[in-house]
Amino acid sequence: MDQFTLNLIVVGITFAIYIGIAIWARAGTTAEFYAAGQGVPPVLNGMATGADWMSAASFISMAGIIALAPAGGYEQSAFLMGWTGGYVLLALLLAPYLRKFGKFTVPEFIGDRFYSGGARLLAVICLIIISVTYVIGQMRGVGVTFSRFLEVSTDTGLYIGAAIVFAYAVLGGMKGITYTQVAQYVVLIIAYTVPAVFISLNLTGSFLPQLGLIGTYAPSGGDVAMLTKLDQVVTELGFKAYTSESANMFNMFLFTMSLMIGTAGLPHVIIRFFTVPKVADARSSAGWSLVFIALLYTVAPAVGSMARLNLTTAFWPAAQTGSALSGPAVSLADIESKPELSWINTWRGTGLLAYEDKNGDGLIQYFNEPAPVANANKALAAAAKALADSTDADKTALQTAVTEATAARDAALSQAKLGDKTLAELGLVGNELTKVDNDIMVLANPEIAALPGWVVALVAAGALAAALSTAAGLLLAISSAISHDLIKGSINPNISEKGELLAARVAMSFAIVVATYLGLNPPGFAAQVVALAFGLAAATIFPVLMMGIFSKRINKEGAIAGMLVGLVFTAMYIFAYKGMFFVPGTNWLPDTPANYIFGISPLSIGTVGAVLNFAAAYLVSSVTKAPPQHVVDLIESIRVPKGAGSAQAH
Amino acid sequence: MADKTSSSAYWSANVRVIFISLVIWFVCSFGLGIILRPALMGISVGGADLGFWMAQNGSIYVFLVLIFAYAWRMNKLDKEYGVEE
Repeated sequence: MDQFTLNLIVVGITFAIYIGIAIWARAGTTAEFYAAGQGVPPVLNGMATGADWMSAASFISMAGIIALAPAGGYEQSAFLMGWTGGYVLLALLLAPYLRKFGKFTVPEFIGDRFYSGGARLLAVICLIIISVTYVIGQMRGVGVTFSRFLEVSTDTGLYIGAAIVFAYAVLGGMKGITYTQVAQYVVLIIAYTVPAVFISLNLTGSFLPQLGLIGTYAPSGGDVAMLTKLDQVVTELGFKAYTSESANMFNMFLFTMSLMIGTAGLPHVIIRFFTVPKVADARSSAGWSLVFIALLYTVAPAVGSMARLNLTTAFWPAAQTGSALSGPAVSLADIESKPELSWINTWRGTGLLAYEDKNGDGLIQYFNEPAPVANANKALAAAAKALADSTDADKTALQTAVTEATAARDAALSQAKLGDKTLAELGLVGNELTKVDNDIMVLANPEIAALPGWVVALVAAGALAAALSTAAGLLLAISSAISHDLIKGSINPNISEKGELLAARVAMSFAIVVATYLGLNPPGFAAQVVALAFGLAAATIFPVLMMGIFSKRINKEGAIAGMLVGLVFTAMYIFAYKGMFFVPGTNWLPDTPANYIFGISPLSIGTVGAVLNFAAAYLVSSVTKAPPQHVVDLIESIRVPKGAGSAQAH
Repeated sequence: MADKTSSSAYWSANVRVIFISLVIWFVCSFGLGIILRPALMGISVGGADLGFWMAQNGSIYVFLVLIFAYAWRMNKLDKEYGVEE
C-alpha cells in the first residue's frame, strides 16, 4: 500500500471518530452548549484542555524553532516554560473562583464583578480580537497539513477542515467539542511521542526522550553526553552552541512572563474550567491539563535537540564518531541512492528543504557562513542578478562589478575560518544546505528515523487533530461571546433558551465562515498576530480577572481604565514595529533589536502592558468610589467553594 | 456561607498558600532557568548545566507538582474551615 492511501485511511478513521462523537454528544441546552453541562470529569477535561491548548504551532513548529534557533536552543526555552507555567497561574489565581462564579463566559464575569455593561463590552472586544487572530493560524495549519499529506490544494484542505469543525462544533457545542478533543488528544500525543521514542532509542539508548535529552550519545560509543556532542558538532560548523546563554536575559524574562500570563488570560483556555462539576475539580483539572500538555512539552526539547543532531550528522557522516570536518560531507550520489537519506529529496520536493552544490565538488556542505562571507556572498548574488537582468547593450560596468564582488568574496573566504582551516583551504564557497524549514523537524522525524508508513500517516492525523481541536475551542469562545455577551447580554436580554441556542449556533457558523475566509486570504501577518493575541491576553484579560478576585477595592472605573491602558499601550508598541494594524510600511520604528526600547521585543511587551494595567486600575480605583455592597458580597462568595451548584443562565 | 471571621481566616490561609506556591514557581522557572543560570553553570546535568535543564524540562515538572500540591492543600483547607461543597 502506498503512503498516500495509508494517510487517507488513518486520517479518514480519525475523522469518522470525531463525527461519531459529535452525534453522540449533541448539545440540547445552552448550559451544554457553553459549558458541557458542567459534567466533565477533571481528567477528561484536562485531556480536552490539552488538545484545545496545543495548536498546530505546538505540534508542528515548536520543536523545530528550538532546534534551529540561530541563537541556540536555550533561548527558545521561553516557549517551554511560558506555555506551561501559565497553568500554575490559572490553577492558583483564576480557575477555582471563576468556576464558583458559575456563569458561562469571561466577559460575563467582568461585567458582573465590575457592575458595568461597558466593561463587559470592552472584554468582548478584547476576546474577539484575541480569538480571531489566533484562529487564522489554525485554519491555515489545517490547510497546509492537508496539502502536504493528502495531496490536495491548501484551499481544498481548508474547506474539508472547516466542514469537519462545522459538523461537530455547531452540533455539539462545548459538549461535542470536549469529547471530540479527548479523542484528538489521544491521536496527537501518540503521533508526537512514537517517533520521539524511536529516535531517542537510536541516539541515546533511552526509551524515554526526557532521559535521552540528558543521556549519552550512543553512536560514538556512549562516552559523551548527547548535548555535549551536539554543542561540539554545531560549533565546529560555525553555529552558536545549542546550550548558549541568552544574549538578552531581560528580554527572555519578559517574553517568558508574557507567554505565561498570556496563557492564563486566553479566553478559550479559561472557559475550559467552567465545564467541571465542582470548584475542587477546577483546581485539579488545571493540574491534569498540565500533565497532558507536559507529555508533549517535555518531549519537545528532546525532539528538537536530537533532530538537530540527526540533521547535522546526516550531512556530515564523520560527526557520528568524531569531529564533523574530519571526513567528507555527504555526497550527491549518497543522497540519491542511500535509502536512509531518501527523506532529503522527499522534503526537497515540498520546498521546505533546499540544497545546492555551489562549489561543484559533488558534496553538500552544511555550515554557518561567518558574517563577512555571508555579506560578500549576498553582494555577489546581487551583482550577478543585475548582470543577468540587464538589457543594456554595454554590460562592461556590470561585468566589472561581478568580477570585483567575486574577488571580495574570495578574499573573505581566505580570511574566514572553520575549525583551524580557512574556507578557501577547505574549498568552500558558501553553505550548501540553503533552506531547512522549522516544520521539517517534526514532520520528517518518522522518515529520518526510518519508521514504518503508518507512523508517517499518524503524524498527519496528529497535526490535523492539533489544529482542528484548537480551532474548535476558539470558535466556541467567539460564538459564546457573541450570542451570550452581545445578544443576550445587551441587545435582547429576554431571548428564550431556544432562541439563544439558535443564536449561538448561527454565531458559530458565522465565525467558521469568517475564519475560513481569513484562512484562505491570510492577511500576510499570521505569525506576528499571535504576538498580539498573547500580548493582549496578558495585558487586558488576565490582570482584570485577577484584580476582580483578589481585590475588593478595584471598581468599575479602575477596571475599564486598566483594560484600556493595557490594550492601547500593547497594541501601539506592537504596531510601532510591525506596522499600524500590521499594514506593511506603516511602522514608525525599524523592527530590529537595536531599536527596541530597553531591548524589549514586541513579543515580550505584554508583561509591561499587564503591569501598566494593574497600575492604572489601582490609581483610578483609589480616587473613585468603592464598589457597591452587592459586588462585595459577590467577591466574598466566589472566594469560598461552598454552594457552587451548577451554572445559572439568568 | 460560613460566618464572616472564619471565611476571612480561610481566605488569608488560601492567600498564604498561593504566595508560597508562587515563590516556588518563580524561583524554579525565572530564577534557576533564567536569572541564576550564569551563576550555576558549574552544576552539570547530563551534558548541559542545571539552568539549561530547568528551563527545558525541570521547571515543567515543578509546575506539575505545584498545582497538585496546591489542589491537595486547598481541599484540606476547605474541610478544615467547613467550606467544601
